[in-house]
Amino acid sequence: MTALLEVKNLVKHFEVSRGLVRAVDGVSFSLEKGETLGLVGESGCGKTTTGRCILQLERATSGSILFEGRELTTLDQSELRAVRRKMQVIFQDPYSSLNPRMTVGQIIAEPLAVHGIVRGSAARAARVKDLLSRVGLLPAHARRYPHEMSGGQRQRVGIARALAMEPSLIICDEPVSALDVSIQAQIINLLEDLQSEFGLTYLFIAHDLAVVRHISDRVAVMYLGKIAEMADRKTIYDNPRHPYTKALLSAVPIPDPELEMKRERIVLGGEVPSPLNPPSGCVFHPRCPIAVERCTHEIPVLRDLTPGHGAACHLAEIA
Amino acid sequence: MADALLDVRHLSTRFTTREGVVRAVDDVSWDVKEGETVALVGESGCGKSVSALSIMRLVAQPAGQIVGGQAVFKGRDLLTLDEEAMRRVRGREIAMIFQEPMTSLNPVLSIGRQLTEGLEIHLGKTPQQARGRAAELLGMVGIPDPERRLPQYPHQFSGGMRQRMMIAMALSCEPSLILADEPTTALDVTIQAQILELMKDLSRRLGVAMLMITHNLGVVARYADRVNVMYAGRIIEQGTARELYGNPRHPYTLGLLRSVPRLDEPRRSRLAPIDGQPPDLTRLPAGCAFLPRCAFRVDRCSVERPPLVPVAHTGPEPHVSACWEAERVIARQETR
Amino acid sequence: MTKYIIKRLLLMIPTLLGVAVLIFFLMRVVPGDIVELRFSGETSGVSKETLAIERARLGLDKPLWHQFVTYMTGLARFDLGTSMWTGAPIHEEIKLRFALTLQVAIMSTIIAVLLAIPLGVLAALKQDTWVDYSVRIFSIAGLATPSFWLGILFILVLLVFFKWLPPMVYTPFWVNPWQNMLQLIWPALAVGYRYSAVATRMTRSAMLEVLREDYIRTARAKGLWQKLILTRHALKNAMLPVLTVIALEFAFLMGGLVVTEQVFNLNGLGLLFVESVAHRDYTLTQALVLLVAASFIVVNFLVDLAYAWIDPRIRFR
Repeated sequence: MTALLEVKNLVKHFEVSRGLVRAVDGVSFSLEKGETLGLVGESGCGKTTTGRCILQLERATSGSILFEGRELTTLDQSELRAVRRKMQVIFQDPYSSLNPRMTVGQIIAEPLAVHGIVRGSAARAARVKDLLSRVGLLPAHARRYPHEMSGGQRQRVGIARALAMEPSLIICDEPVSALDVSIQAQIINLLEDLQSEFGLTYLFIAHDLAVVRHISDRVAVMYLGKIAEMADRKTIYDNPRHPYTKALLSAVPIPDPELEMKRERIVLGGEVPSPLNPPSGCVFHPRCPIAVERCTHEIPVLRDLTPGHGAACHLAEIA
Repeated sequence: MADALLDVRHLSTRFTTREGVVRAVDDVSWDVKEGETVALVGESGCGKSVSALSIMRLVAQPAGQIVGGQAVFKGRDLLTLDEEAMRRVRGREIAMIFQEPMTSLNPVLSIGRQLTEGLEIHLGKTPQQARGRAAELLGMVGIPDPERRLPQYPHQFSGGMRQRMMIAMALSCEPSLILADEPTTALDVTIQAQILELMKDLSRRLGVAMLMITHNLGVVARYADRVNVMYAGRIIEQGTARELYGNPRHPYTLGLLRSVPRLDEPRRSRLAPIDGQPPDLTRLPAGCAFLPRCAFRVDRCSVERPPLVPVAHTGPEPHVSACWEAERVIARQETR
Repeated sequence: MTKYIIKRLLLMIPTLLGVAVLIFFLMRVVPGDIVELRFSGETSGVSKETLAIERARLGLDKPLWHQFVTYMTGLARFDLGTSMWTGAPIHEEIKLRFALTLQVAIMSTIIAVLLAIPLGVLAALKQDTWVDYSVRIFSIAGLATPSFWLGILFILVLLVFFKWLPPMVYTPFWVNPWQNMLQLIWPALAVGYRYSAVATRMTRSAMLEVLREDYIRTARAKGLWQKLILTRHALKNAMLPVLTVIALEFAFLMGGLVVTEQVFNLNGLGLLFVESVAHRDYTLTQALVLLVAASFIVVNFLVDLAYAWIDPRIRFR
């Protein structure tokens, strides 16, 4: 079975006046059709840049991105346009990603017209209506402007716009983190419904580990431009092997005072180092509670502990 | 309650906007006792931040006006103090920590300057004394090498360090109450954990009471003794953290608890969101504001607004809920 | 920081060189030349020979590249040459006028800043009250009133009500400061008012923006005195955009005050500029353009330094 998306050794470095920012530093993963891969990590870990490289919003410094069997990194602009249709994105802040001077109907209809997906304005209006109902909005919403809607409704518009292109892959970049708790669940359910209805594949980029666990089939934890650990959902949450994954999981507060009282927390010291000047050896070693001398100079590779469960830690077995 | 450090009674704050009058805080009462951590929980626009700003009398005027109520702090009603007396309360007796450490510190003033000015003004310290104390404070909140850090500027600090600096600033004059408005929302999970543990530790050690304003139910569970849940400008449920989480008696609280995926539970096939949209504060329904989204609604809810009344509780502390059907709202076992 | 300053200073050289080259060729593109203009008044025809002799005297008969090389080598020795029209050395032509223009510009700036900052801050603090409205009317009036017209008004009022006219002959400051001030304060006021209008509006809007910032709320929550919040926390941040406006206006004053100079009978750079262009006095125009460009660059540099001084985010970059 060939993967829908295959990222191999993706590297993205940004040159700034003070040196080289290693935003993404050798990331590999693949996505099967209909699957959801969760990409988690803290700010600056490179998860968003990874998404942008796949979308070709950033040109990768090196590495390969195979999408539906085509190598994206070498495509020219016109070839890219055709591929982009199949790859859509949903952003964190639905407000800034929707043109405030266009009605919701226009926002959704525009790509339909530009890409010639639906011809004729009557047909487009019908399609817009259909899309709106699929994302849980009413036909009347087509005449509204983004600012007249709530955050959750705007995110639904963003989803409808992505859906309009009939994509096979949707990159969800923190799609619920700007929303209120009570609305987040609505959007997550919607994304799941659409996935089973249209056979969509998601790359779900987020920092909320509980949300990622809920929606993902597999999860990759990123730290400082590298994947620290990757496994299927159950394995990574029930049996995390990388000390960073463990710390992340233990840092998530649980809404249950009795449980919290008993829970031991791993509070990591220090902060994420600058990707301008990443630590030698394992990038996590300065904050790692179990680091040994070897970690300071030898870079751990992401290796399979069991089939499908990889961790980039020298001590993954014993920790 | 006589022993309350801060006793807020029937506080109401309104904003006049183009869309109409917003009752941002509508007849809200809560209290904080000496040394205790109390949470104000709710989603954006529920009035939790405005409550805190009202107590500090920092609501943006003239659009925002405190239209009623009392905030009795150590026997004095803060809402009737003259401006100068109020100024002496701010920072000295009640300090605030804000959400965005990035924008809440002045970019053109050094860390030292921003830390020492409160000490000089409220405690009458000389610049040298204040500087020494500022270094101590930075050390206390876990910033290494404080002497070297004082002449630096906020942009040279990371997000977590800035929030530490904010905490140091809030603690500088040894206030008896800290109002922390979403203190960790803008931070990463691991940094969030650091900051929360630090705040808990310091508040215990220094005996500072804390009002924790947050939308994160998880944060509240670990750090708050008592919890107030707000919705559309009102408190809809009030009780100890243990009571509220174990035995929620308002459909909104229950909805919030059930809508978030949790790491301590087996994964559910589907989340249980609260239906509908957040309330439009300029057009609230006559009855219960939560009515359009409520799964427990009955006819009475649309005509009569439910008052906060005591419900059956397990612990010694009272547990109140503003719901006509409170006794029907029970956390169902299958969701846990 | 020192490195930055040195870098900026060195960068001035190529910039000025570019200006010098550009103006040299631009002037040559403008039709008509100084020799024809000079003899255009003569009713009887001027012989070709006379024109040729005159051209040769001014060096205009040489090929363009030759003229260019002469000009550039002169510049390298800080020699601006002589005015083609008057024959006087250019630095002599410019010296007094530059002093005068610079003084008017500095005085106007001081007046503008003294007016604009208190007024702008006041208007921002009292937003949408009568104070704010008055300040806004005052500043809009300033924008709408041309300086020369205000200047005429000043002279009329002084003449009609005080039966007094400011001195009309320029006295350098170092010769007689009192006399000098008596003369220059009026144009400075006329220009400064308009200038202050721009700066007031900028101060007001910058202040309004800053007062809404989170860190001002933090400062208030710390229980600082209102005065301290304004001066220490707000004003410093609000000054950044105001500085830019002041600098732009200042640079404009260095040569842009043609009509106002005429009204007050001031022999400033503005008038000289117009005359030199009208005469196709290449050497003088080139020198003036260089001078104005240099003032622009210097003022910009000073503003950048001020920015760095105020804003540590720039200083530590």
